[in-house]
Amino acid sequence: KSALLRCAPRWSSFLPLTGLMCVLLLVFVSVASASRDVVSENNETWRGPAGETRGDSHNQTNSTAHKKAFPVLSFNYEHVRKPFEISLWILLALLMKLGFHIIPGVQNIVPESCLLIGVGLLVGGIIKAIGEEAPVLDTKLFFLYLLPPIILDAGYFLPIRPFTENMGTILVFAVVGTLWNTFFIGGMIYGVCRIEGGQLASVDPLSCLLFGTIVSAVDPVAVLAVFEEIHINELLHILVFGESLLNDAVTVVLYHLFEEFTHAGTVTVVDAILGVVCFFVVSLGGILVGAIYGILGAFTSRFTSHTRVIEPLFVFLYSYMAYLSAEVFHLSGIMSLIACGVVMRPYVEANVSHKSYTTIKYFLKMWSSVSETLIFIFLGVSTVAGPHAWNWTFVIVTVVLCLVSRVLGVIGLTYIINKFRIVKLTKKDQFIVAYGGLRGAIAFSLGFLLTNSEMKNMFLTAIITVIFFTVIVQGMTIRPLVDLLAVKKKKESKRSINEEIHTQFLDHLLTGIEDICGHYGHHHWKDKLNRFNKAYVKKWLIAGERSTEPQLISFYNKMEMKQAMMLVESGSTAQLPTIVSSVSMQNIKPRGPARQRAIPSISKSREQEIRKILRANLQKTRQRLRSYSRHDLMIDPFEDNVSEVRFRRQRVEMERRMSHYLTVPANRQETPPVRKVCFESEHKVYTYDDSKSPRGWTAEPDPSPPDAVSLLNESSQRANQSSEHRAKHNDELRAKVPDEKEEQDQLKLSRCLSDPGPNKEEDLS
Amino acid sequence: YDTFMTVSCHSYVDTSISLEQIENLHKRFQRLSDNEETISRKHLDSIPSLDNNPIKKQIIEAFFDKRNQHQDEVGSCEEIGFEQFLMVMSHFRPPSLKTTEEEKEAMRKEKLRFLFNMHDTGNDGTITLVEYRKVVEELLSKSGDIGQEAAKAIADAAMLEVASTNVPHMDPDDFYEGITFEHFEQILKGLEMETRMYIRFLDVETPTLRCGKSTS
Repeated sequence: KSALLRCAPRWSSFLPLTGLMCVLLLVFVSVASASRDVVSENNETWRGPAGETRGDSHNQTNSTAHKKAFPVLSFNYEHVRKPFEISLWILLALLMKLGFHIIPGVQNIVPESCLLIGVGLLVGGIIKAIGEEAPVLDTKLFFLYLLPPIILDAGYFLPIRPFTENMGTILVFAVVGTLWNTFFIGGMIYGVCRIEGGQLASVDPLSCLLFGTIVSAVDPVAVLAVFEEIHINELLHILVFGESLLNDAVTVVLYHLFEEFTHAGTVTVVDAILGVVCFFVVSLGGILVGAIYGILGAFTSRFTSHTRVIEPLFVFLYSYMAYLSAEVFHLSGIMSLIACGVVMRPYVEANVSHKSYTTIKYFLKMWSSVSETLIFIFLGVSTVAGPHAWNWTFVIVTVVLCLVSRVLGVIGLTYIINKFRIVKLTKKDQFIVAYGGLRGAIAFSLGFLLTNSEMKNMFLTAIITVIFFTVIVQGMTIRPLVDLLAVKKKKESKRSINEEIHTQFLDHLLTGIEDICGHYGHHHWKDKLNRFNKAYVKKWLIAGERSTEPQLISFYNKMEMKQAMMLVESGSTAQLPTIVSSVSMQNIKPRGPARQRAIPSISKSREQEIRKILRANLQKTRQRLRSYSRHDLMIDPFEDNVSEVRFRRQRVEMERRMSHYLTVPANRQETPPVRKVCFESEHKVYTYDDSKSPRGWTAEPDPSPPDAVSLLNESSQRANQSSEHRAKHNDELRAKVPDEKEEQDQLKLSRCLSDPGPNKEEDLS
Repeated sequence: YDTFMTVSCHSYVDTSISLEQIENLHKRFQRLSDNEETISRKHLDSIPSLDNNPIKKQIIEAFFDKRNQHQDEVGSCEEIGFEQFLMVMSHFRPPSLKTTEEEKEAMRKEKLRFLFNMHDTGNDGTITLVEYRKVVEELLSKSGDIGQEAAKAIADAAMLEVASTNVPHMDPDDFYEGITFEHFEQILKGLEMETRMYIRFLDVETPTLRCGKSTS
């Protein structure tokens, strides 16, 4: 019965949703067709067989306009047609995406990309059935609007360390691998065409090579879409993904090369050499363009401290300009975009506010998600729409050759690469790299760009088949294969401060050992680059005091910020998952007499940010608390302190949780004397001893100026209360039965808390 | 020279450093020591490119630390010979395709032990809070005042993290003495030391080196 009950809500939400989606689908399609009908209707009405009289009456109505009633409601679709259709398409795409996530179980079997292609096919089929012309994946639309957000998202969040560590491997796969694929597929296809004869006999070698170029490039969109869901380990992910990004340069050069040759007709050695030169120009030029825009963007972000709202726009616009500028010169737009994102990121992140950082992150994710969805849907629609010329031999041979050449290429290259790698690629790794070479929409768009010939349709059909095969078959089966082969998955643990300390320590250690050996290895050069960066570049590109902040401290501050945000977001009613241990600073600090301790402070701006967060949350806390505390009446002369006490107790709880990162000085056991410490921005420490005050309370005047942050400690409870304590963590703000004994042992926190301003204090009681 | 080399190679036949690498290191050693038998701290101190390194002192100290010689001694020497130099260097060899899982595990332990010894300046088998603070301070020593102030907070937070992960439930009475080697291993197990802590010995180059065989 309970199982049924559990299933019931799911099914009940499932049916209306699919119903909704179907309705929307129909609405969309009918509107799309209606739009065209309306247009043609409007034109026909005035010219139809009854047009004359109609026309006369229309003219008459025009001339006697003052007699015609004022149109309260009129229909003018043409006016908004284009944006309306675009929005409707995007809405449809996103609703589909939503649907897939709601329908249970589908997600685990079929990757999203396949589902979206399926939807595209469906929509395309419907549109074709109605007899309308379906929108095709226009090349300009794809390359200028749909592709850049995905690449920018990938480039901006590219994990730099694994990327640079494996750069050699990635480059070999991208350049040599793509070249191998191109020539192998092109050559073999030509051979097969020659052998087959018939329809295929007219295919010339250059066209075959061109076809080979188009179909051999691993596609970043498809790789991202599929690999995102299988959570494979970082090394394999970066290898396949890096390859898909960097092979763009090769693809661009080869494509233009072969296209030129096809028109020119003959190939000379000089042309071949120029081709090689062109490759270097395209890739290095693209990177240069991207780097220039990246530096410009970083420099601009240095001055945006007063106009925080437009900060994210600079990131997006500079990156897009980098892409477009590279495309102007036929350089590799993808590499330019990646270079821009990579160069810009560390400086921009140091300069922009936290909100802008979040905005950038979420906008990029959002745009890339929409783009990806639209690409796959359009792929499906275009498949139904496009002109096809199906040739069994050609298509089958293409698909087989793609697989074979990929496998051969990977195995051969890995054999060579492993001689130079420290962490060798195992057979499992090679299999995943080979299997993960998915083709996608780039191949399709490039195919679309081909000049019209009889070959084009045949090529296009073959390309589409390869894409479908890789995305659907390989995409669907890669997840069970990964599980079957027990490939290492991505480790989910978040970075800890210890790991960060030791990563840095290792870097310096290895650099030092290299210096002692007299060996200029890559640690040496990396160290040199870092020092150059710190000495010159950061000064120019980062505003204010952040320019001299060492990386370890940035990391530490980031972690503190994250803790604070987590506290705020989790509110007080939810469990904090991370704090499962009862270890606090008191267990670590060496015992000693109470003494003045200089507590290091974090920089002032950080302090302010954290204080703001705390204050905001404490306000929330206070509001909630007020509604609870009214029910707890204490008959006690100090009653008016109780709510304040409880309130402060909650604050202490929270700040104690904060003590994981914000250092809290050690406190002692059992009963007070309780030490309270607050410090000001001038790093002075005041230590108060509470033992002199009655009942453990102290009433102190506010000793500190409004902008002091105090880190509090509380008297630790007796041992048997420590578990209770943890329970209190969980239901911090629920009304508790007042326990007088507890109250007595409670610490009354000093007023030098993070709440400046008298009006706030008044609100307490 | 030849007998010396055979002796060295014999002792290091299981450290998987090739003969060529040993030769290169020997040449470097001779250059550092001005052709004497042993080097002392001042020889290593005088390497110019080390001056930019924030943990220069710790690195140099590691060479003279007896614990890194795998002979169960503690303390530090004043001078070391080529054998000891090579012993320290062998901590930085990379794993190969033929290394088995147990060997990788042993390698990882060895490298972690090296790091641990670098931190544990008190020779007592644990890294106390004071020692850890020193580590972070040294790391940030080239970063001016900002570094020094934050170093303590960072070290404390790091220590707290070690304690929380390894000993989740401590009574308020308990005191966490220091990071033991097991705890150290535990917190750094995500870093995969055996694949990160290595130097490519293959192309050691100094102005006086020649590739291949040379008579010294």
